[in-house]
Amino acid sequence: MQSFDLVRASDRAAAVAAGAQSPTAQQGASVRFLAGGTTLVDLMKLGVERPERVIDINRLGLDGIHKEDDGSLFVGATARNSDLAHHPLVRSGYAALSQAILTGASTQLRNAATTAGNLLQRTRCMYFRDPASACNKRKPGSGCPAIAGANRMLAILGTSEACIATNPSDMAVAMLAYDAVVHVQGASGTRQIPLADFYVPPGRRPDIETVLVPGDLVTHVTLPLPPAGERSIYLKLRDRASYEFALVSAAAAVTLSDGKIASARFALGGVGTRPWRVSEAERALAGAAPSEAVFRIAADIRLKGARPQSHNGFKIELAKRAIVQAFKQATS
Amino acid sequence: MISPVENAVPSGDASDGRLSVKFRVNGEQREVSIDPRMTLLDCLREVLHLTGTKKGCDHGQCGACTVHVGGRRINSCLALAAAHDGDEIVTIEGLGAPGRLHPMQAAFLQNDAYQCGYCTSGQIMSAVALLREPCGAADDDVREFMSGNICRCGAYANIVRAIQQVRGEQQKSSSPQSAGA
Repeated sequence: MQSFDLVRASDRAAAVAAGAQSPTAQQGASVRFLAGGTTLVDLMKLGVERPERVIDINRLGLDGIHKEDDGSLFVGATARNSDLAHHPLVRSGYAALSQAILTGASTQLRNAATTAGNLLQRTRCMYFRDPASACNKRKPGSGCPAIAGANRMLAILGTSEACIATNPSDMAVAMLAYDAVVHVQGASGTRQIPLADFYVPPGRRPDIETVLVPGDLVTHVTLPLPPAGERSIYLKLRDRASYEFALVSAAAAVTLSDGKIASARFALGGVGTRPWRVSEAERALAGAAPSEAVFRIAADIRLKGARPQSHNGFKIELAKRAIVQAFKQATS
Repeated sequence: MISPVENAVPSGDASDGRLSVKFRVNGEQREVSIDPRMTLLDCLREVLHLTGTKKGCDHGQCGACTVHVGGRRINSCLALAAAHDGDEIVTIEGLGAPGRLHPMQAAFLQNDAYQCGYCTSGQIMSAVALLREPCGAADDDVREFMSGNICRCGAYANIVRAIQQVRGEQQKSSSPQSAGA
């Protein structure tokens, strides 16, 4: 591991000022915020992350979870994944979020991992994690061995010539379905970023993964109050029954009125370079009576444009079936 | 302003970048002078010589390094020791000792819940934490909650049995008849 200075930020402004000293907030950052450490310390051991300065943000009081006056859910940046998943407000109002978190990682990891850290976790593409390999995400311009290599776990949606790495988060998929908003304190003040706009497509620069710039400190995430009577579910398909990343996952949230679908929200994990949502597919469901055929139409819309790699073509049909199954469970 | 890690003043040669860190380990106040890169796992083993906690994968994938921080189990291999200044840490050595075993240690013995033993301290630390977690009653619930601890010998069946035995004993002792005991 490369040497670094470890400092504890005394307040948010100090953390922001320290972060702003880095030339980038993306791959290659010289300053990193430390929360749970479950991604950062791992990647520092591998030599993928080489910060010169690490800012401990664990004691800034960013770990709250509560209901806001407008009914939305406030989730602090350093709230532990375990605390979020088991919180009564989450279990009752955002079931798919609780399920998504609890299907991810292990209890030990969830006890340390945080909201912002989960959103900002990095791909598990093996070429990214191995500094001896070429990787456009780790070293722009060096090439992508995954395209002709081991890509069974990798993305079929949102890929580019430069990168096909999957976003590995379960939590972010559920948050995307719930229209989450990321709140950031930065060098030029605070701002709110819809989670749908938080991740950027890989394009030619897969090292740039989010809209964050140097100094940006995620302070919390808010989830709007769900429609009354909404039922939601997170379905995760993987090679092992526990402690494994998704091949495909689906977060589905539905409200019914007079036996018809009044609203439908859904997002996919394990298939995209970022958590994936298509509002066109949701509109196709509105007003329809729930049926396998209708869910299948929505699934077909969702997977439009999917581009399989040499070993992951199975994900297209698997994702469609996951969508159908998730909606069947959410409407049954 | 940015301050150094709380209570972390350079010790010895100020240019060596070491940090002075204090925490309670197994109920004892300890102070160590460490490199910021040192994980909690390495600190426990190499500095405090508490070698009951094991290093397996060193990447948070196997659970052999599981310890309790603030009463919750974490992978000590992914924790920077200096970031835990002021924390309360419990390792396998803090649970019990020969002659005064923790009930979970005794249950692992009775149920033959290990073979080579390398993963066992991590398994037991997870199992003890599980008793305080919202884990369902079924064996499958226990398997799910224990999935972060890998056993290459495959002692899983007996590990689940040991945990369920302790949970059963706990329930008996906290049943209405003996409430307040």
